[in-house]
Parts: sequence; C-alpha cells; structure tokens
Amino acid sequence: MKLIFEISQRHRHAAVQAPRPTDISLDIPKELRRTSEPQWPEVSELQVVRHYTQLSLRNFSIDTNFYPLGSCTMKYNPRGVHKLAMTREFLQRHPLAPVEQSQGFLSCAYDLQQMLASICGMAAVSLTPMAGAQGEFAGVAMIRAYHQDRGDHGRTEILCPDAAHGTNPASAVMCGYTVKELPTGADGNTDLERLKAMVGPQTAGIMLTNPSTLGVFDQNIKEVARIVHEAGGLLYYDGANLNAILGKVRPGDMGFDVIHLNLHKTFATPHGGGGPGSGPVGVSQRLKPYLPIPMVTRDEQGYRWLTEQDCPKTIGRLSTFMGNAGIVLRAYIYCRLLGKDGLHRVGEFATLNANYLMVKLQQAGFTLAYPQRRASHEFIITLAKQAKNLGVNAMDFAKRLLDYGVHAPTTYFPLLIPECLLIEPTETESKEELDRFIDIMIALLDEAQNTPETLKNAPHSLPVRRLDDVKAARELNLTWQPGE
Amino acid sequence: MNHVPSELRYSKSHEWVRLEGNGIAIVGITDHAQSLLGDLVYVELPEVDTSLKAGDEAGVVESVKAASDVYTPVSGEILEINEALATAPELVNDDPYGHGWLFKIQLDDENELEELLDSDGYEEMIAADDH
Repeated sequence: MKLIFEISQRHRHAAVQAPRPTDISLDIPKELRRTSEPQWPEVSELQVVRHYTQLSLRNFSIDTNFYPLGSCTMKYNPRGVHKLAMTREFLQRHPLAPVEQSQGFLSCAYDLQQMLASICGMAAVSLTPMAGAQGEFAGVAMIRAYHQDRGDHGRTEILCPDAAHGTNPASAVMCGYTVKELPTGADGNTDLERLKAMVGPQTAGIMLTNPSTLGVFDQNIKEVARIVHEAGGLLYYDGANLNAILGKVRPGDMGFDVIHLNLHKTFATPHGGGGPGSGPVGVSQRLKPYLPIPMVTRDEQGYRWLTEQDCPKTIGRLSTFMGNAGIVLRAYIYCRLLGKDGLHRVGEFATLNANYLMVKLQQAGFTLAYPQRRASHEFIITLAKQAKNLGVNAMDFAKRLLDYGVHAPTTYFPLLIPECLLIEPTETESKEELDRFIDIMIALLDEAQNTPETLKNAPHSLPVRRLDDVKAARELNLTWQPGE
Repeated sequence: MNHVPSELRYSKSHEWVRLEGNGIAIVGITDHAQSLLGDLVYVELPEVDTSLKAGDEAGVVESVKAASDVYTPVSGEILEINEALATAPELVNDDPYGHGWLFKIQLDDENELEELLDSDGYEEMIAADDH
C-alpha cells in the first residue's frame, strides 16, 4: 500500500480541508516563518477517505481478531460502557467546575473508590495516578513516606522477584531504593529460604505480582507476608494479574499493604495507542494517611474533594486533577454493569479459559513451562525444544499465527522461560474461538515438523512480511522525504 | 553449539574474562549469551574510572527481544570501554570474544579469577540449562 505522500499530485486538493487565508496568523515574527512550502500530500477528498479507510481495514485488533495478549495489554471494552461514559453531561463537565455542579461525577468516583477498596480488601483507594507506572511510583512513595514518618531511616532496599514486571524495579529506583533480585523456586513460587536470608532491617518492602508473570498463584504468599512483615517491611501488590482472582481472593487478605491497579487490564478501559491510562492505588489502614490527592469524600453537604488540608501527610499530587476522568468513569460503569456476581464470573471464566487452552495445548504436544501447576488467567508454553530440534523459534510461531488471523500472544516474556509464549485468552472468548485457536496451534506444530520454512518465513499473507526489528531499532526513520 | 574458548574464565551470568597481564583483564559476554539475546541494538557500558566489586552491575545489553544487565565477574577499576559498541552493538553478536569486548578493568585481586568457571565448567552449566 502506498503512503498518502506517494499518491500526491501537484495542485490536487480537497477544497473543504484546504487552509483559508484568513486562518493564517500574521503575528508570528518574520524570522520564524517558513519560506518554503510544506510538503503536504496533495490529494482529493475521496482519496483521503479511501486511503484511511483501507488503512483502518488493516488493523489487527480485538474487534476483528482473537487477541491472546489478554488483559496484559487490554481486555475487550464493552461498547455500552463507552456509550454511557460519553454522556454529554460527563463530557462537558470542566475539572474546575464547582463541586455543587459536579456531584454526579464525584459520586461515581466515590463509589469506584469504595468498590475497588472492597474488591482488593484495602482500607482506602485513591484514583489519582494517571497510569500503572505512576500508580507503582505512588505505591512505593507511600512505603517510603511510612518508614520515614516513623523515623525508620535505615530501610533502603526493595525486593523484586526475578520474574517481576520491569516497571517494579524501575519504580523502586525512582523512589530512591536499591533493588535486590529475589529468585523464583522451580515450582514458580517465591523461594522462601532465599527470602529469609535477604530480609532485614534494611528491607523497606517487597513488590510482588500474584498470580505472578509466570501465570501461577504463589502458594507461599501468606508465609512471604509473614517473613517480610516480621522484618519490618511492607508488601506491595502489582495489580497486573488481578483478572485471575477477581472476587475470589483479595490482596488485602493475602497480607498486602499497598496495591496499584491497571484499570485497562482488569476493568476494561481503553488502552491502545498508549492510553490514557489509570493506575489507582489502594492501601491498608496504616498507609492511609499517605494516599495521593485529590480523592473524593462524602459528608452532609454531599461529595467533595479531599486535599492537602484534609490529608497533611499525603505524598501529594501526581497531576493537575484527579486522574483521567473518562477512564475512571468507564471503570465505574464496567463494575456497575457486571455487579458483584458478574465480576466474580470474570475471574472464573478468565481462569477457566486459560486452563482449557493450557490442557488442550499440552495434549497436542506443546511443552508447558509449569506442567505441574494450574494456570491462573494465563499460562506459558516454551518452544525451546522446537527451537533446538527444528530451528523454529517462538517468534516464528508468533508471526505464523498472524497468517491465520490470530494476534500473537506475548513472546519472550517472562525472560526466565526460554522461547516462550505467554497466552491469555481472557474471559470474553467463546469456546468455539478457543477451539479454533487450538486447531491453529496444532497446524503450526505440524508445519514446524514438516515444513519449517513456512514458519521461518511467516507472515505470508499480510501487507508486509517479516520486519527487520534490528534495523528499525538501530536506524529508526519515520519521516517521508520527497524523492525517496 | 556455541563457542567457549578454553583460555578464558566465565561467570554464571554469562560474562567472560581474559587476563591481559599486569593485573589488567578484559570482560565481555559469551557467545551463548549473545545467541540467547539475539541481535543487539544497544549496549550501555560503565564509566571509565568507576570502581566495581565482583557481581556489581556494569552495564546493559539490549536486543530486540530483551534487555539484560551485565555484571562484572571481577572487582577493580574500569580502565577503558569499547567505544565502538555505541554505534555498532552488532560487534557483540559477530565477535563476542574479540571486537565485541565490553570493558577493560584493573583488577583488585587476580585471585578472584580462580573463583570463576573454566571453560569446561561453563560448558557444563549451559548444557544443564539447555535441558
């Protein structure tokens, strides 16, 4: 497909979109004005319409294809949620509008704070972090504020498992901590003996994802909590995999002191294209004074903002207003649409779908990373055997899936497992779709054995073939130049 | 099969060390490590004159698949880094034991090398990983 610049023809234009002379600002100083004409594509309106419509048809998206990246990236966003969040009264509310005129939005935000606290078993929630990474930053900043407030200044280390999301150690470092890497046991659980040896008066806390990135629930979690708490540290819960345990187990009951949630992962808010994100934080009673502001409270007069005056020990503000209002609203509506029972079913179906796929793929001859463990909402297969014996690796499988109309699952993460695919179907896929995926994977295994070149050269049916990742990373060039 | 030269010493985290004489050593990552990582796109190296203890983070190698920390297998002061890698990280893939070296270090204690794996030990270790 050609770039729109390449179908450009001199003096062709779409009259409705051409800039009018009256739009040109003349108060820009002369030396700052350009002297040459910009190299805009010169095309007709119909050409523009066709060009972008055809581009949109090439989208590989959850609306068109099975997408086993799962909640790791973004779940299916129910249309009704968008529709309600786009209600005119919400869209036109100004963030600086007086609280008397914002009671509707504030009541939704207040209820969401309560619902998330209840879902996670936490004492309180702040919706203010603008994304998961900012939620992590806020969470670790609260751990720091807590220790400092108690005059406990010797706690300089945060423990992160070797299977942790890369953002965990990054957040700890951003808050001034030294990161110590905790090894995972062969069964995927935290190595308790190593943990005991690593904690001490220098331990500020530990950051865990449970179920972990290995797709298994840490069966030792209560013991982990006991060891860390006895050493005086706090437990941080990365909410990335909350989808698996929704309504079944609460991080607060496992002993966690602070949690961040990615609303796009578990509460079906949009996330493609880099956001906007939302990373609320929840805390146990002892961290409550440090929550980031603003939050929403309710008194006799109705709903109002909680600010520095109400929360003198807060870690402060993370953005101008309270998070991304539209995303917060979507999560609220999603929770209300599903209700408590519906949210429980999300956890059940997410886990059932993953376990069904896992067992079927194992029966078909794929190697599981943790065959002795039940899957959470996701599981890992390793193609190390195929890579060694047949010269066909995880990336080849991933690319070949595209030919069959399936988006590739996460590849080469977590780093602990060689040649891995991390597969997460989510709760919204039907059995028919899962069966289709299994059939495709069986076909791929057959190709790997009999016609490995088909995989190595995939994709065959997409607009572009195998891209040169290395060249793209080393010589990134996104601008079109005339004459190229 | 990945190349494991017999005259080098190895760490469990896949770095190699070559003793150059006068208490100076050169450090790089092994052929096995580069083949697991795939094509490198970026290499971050320590600053010259930094003092590091064995096991300290000394840099990062990043490929299209993953970013991985590099640890110095030996203690000492960084004398020189391989500047060529800034523009040509592929040297690590093409020639991990030669032009793809990472840094030169003034050793605090030459005896530390004895604690590292020899080529047989390293080969055994990667064979065991590759079950």
